[in-house]
Amino acid sequence: METFFFSLLNGVIYGLLLFMLSSGLTLIFSMMGVLNFAHASFYMLGAYFAYTIGSVTGFWIALFLAPILVGLAGAGVERWGLRKVHTNGHLAELLFTFGLAYLIDELVKIIWGKIPVPYEIPAALDFPLFTLFGAQYPAYRIFMLVVSIAMLAGLWFLLKRTRAGLIIQAALTHPHMVGHLGHNVPRVFMIVFGFGCALAGLAGVIGGNYLVTEPAMALSIGPIVFVVVVVGGMGSLEGAFIASLLIGLLQTFAISIDTTFAEIFAFTGLSPLSDLGRISIASLAPMLPFLLLVLVLMIRPRGLMGEREI
Amino acid sequence: MTGMLSVRGLNAFYGKSHVLRGVELEVGEGEVVALLGRNGVGRSTTVKAIMGEVAPKGDIWFKGENISGLANHEIALKGLGYVPENRDIFPGLTVRQNLVLGIKDMKRPGRWAIEDMLRMFPHLAERADTPAGVLSGGEKQMLTICRTLMGDPQLIMIDEPTEGLAPRIVAQVGELLSEIARAGVSILLVEQKLSIALKIASRVYVMGHGEIVYSGTPQEFLTRDDIRREWLEV
Repeated sequence: METFFFSLLNGVIYGLLLFMLSSGLTLIFSMMGVLNFAHASFYMLGAYFAYTIGSVTGFWIALFLAPILVGLAGAGVERWGLRKVHTNGHLAELLFTFGLAYLIDELVKIIWGKIPVPYEIPAALDFPLFTLFGAQYPAYRIFMLVVSIAMLAGLWFLLKRTRAGLIIQAALTHPHMVGHLGHNVPRVFMIVFGFGCALAGLAGVIGGNYLVTEPAMALSIGPIVFVVVVVGGMGSLEGAFIASLLIGLLQTFAISIDTTFAEIFAFTGLSPLSDLGRISIASLAPMLPFLLLVLVLMIRPRGLMGEREI
Repeated sequence: MTGMLSVRGLNAFYGKSHVLRGVELEVGEGEVVALLGRNGVGRSTTVKAIMGEVAPKGDIWFKGENISGLANHEIALKGLGYVPENRDIFPGLTVRQNLVLGIKDMKRPGRWAIEDMLRMFPHLAERADTPAGVLSGGEKQMLTICRTLMGDPQLIMIDEPTEGLAPRIVAQVGELLSEIARAGVSILLVEQKLSIALKIASRVYVMGHGEIVYSGTPQEFLTRDDIRREWLEV
């Protein structure tokens, strides 16, 4: 019961962090048809910006300032980079974001070094919030949950309740028609790209100190975010939300299960000392999202809620 | 009558094929002009090129300004409305939200308000808060026209509004076009149904092989069986 409760809470928090990353990626993909390989690099920038800004101003100002700066950087990339490449087609755009990801990775190494930086959880949140089943639960994780839910509510309000949100929703599927009605679609693209990057940056700010802020952090989370977008269905925010939680919970629960193959398949006489028998469910956890990706592409190529096949 | 839209030597290409070959046409202020012709002669491409959806080569004067090569939203903001032939409603948004997106500037009310549109079309009013994707073909057509009208255009280009619609709905579209014309909005109507085009237009152009092959009033046009046989009849 204890393991179940904590795994559930941790899984939801990790899932919401994944959604913060995948929501931006899926918005950018649906609107512009660009699968932004550099998206996780903006997540990394969020963490590093927060580390540097936070060391001067403290965490709380960095929490707001870092995502804004990452968003501006993203908008700049769209305005002066991607928009120029756009005329040469989607493959050129894909390669552009691929190159950009490596460029950001190298820049981060040059500026902040190759080893992890000491980006710490703020002292004000570094305490156990409650004790359940004799175990303490850190306040910072609940803070991550609160920020994620606030972001979710903000995103929902923006998209469903404002005129700008309506324009974005319409431009997701019919960009030409939105332009014919007098709305500046290239500017909408730039704002959405910047906004998506800012969300990734926010995920970096609250995730960087919870996990670890290092140059490899983009590479370690990037592929999982792609899995979320594909499993959820290309272009579907609802799908990305469900897939984020699904993968968050799947990975977290798997890690907590120590059962080995030898125990599961004891009836076959599998030895606990054999190579196969020693494998535990927990050790399969990193593989599960990609297993899901492969299965979804084979069985349901449009994902859980996507409108188009990949 | 002053020329509101004046197209001079308009050329356009799809890859290597030369689809518009020096199109010349004129729409005056408050005038309704029909652009006729068989499928594939370049009528839709002409309006697409005017809106910048197909790269135009040539001059397109709108209210004394050359708009050739501008982005589509810049052209729309100058007062040129466009209703494409594929009834591009936003299916996930409600009827009312579709209409809201037609408004260019929320602070400056245009000739028509959303409530006017809903009063004019009770079918749309009944479905005002349901997703537009569930509307019938005729209702979608009305919605696309109404949505463009919300932007208060001075000239509206409408591509094949009656295609595939039942006769009763065609008549409704005709009434809506007359209403637009009565409000003083110029119309460039791309149409195959001569009955509608000749009833509301004060001038007709006939296109063939990417250029204008005839222009005249509906009365003159009716006397030209040769033009009809050569360029319109299938």
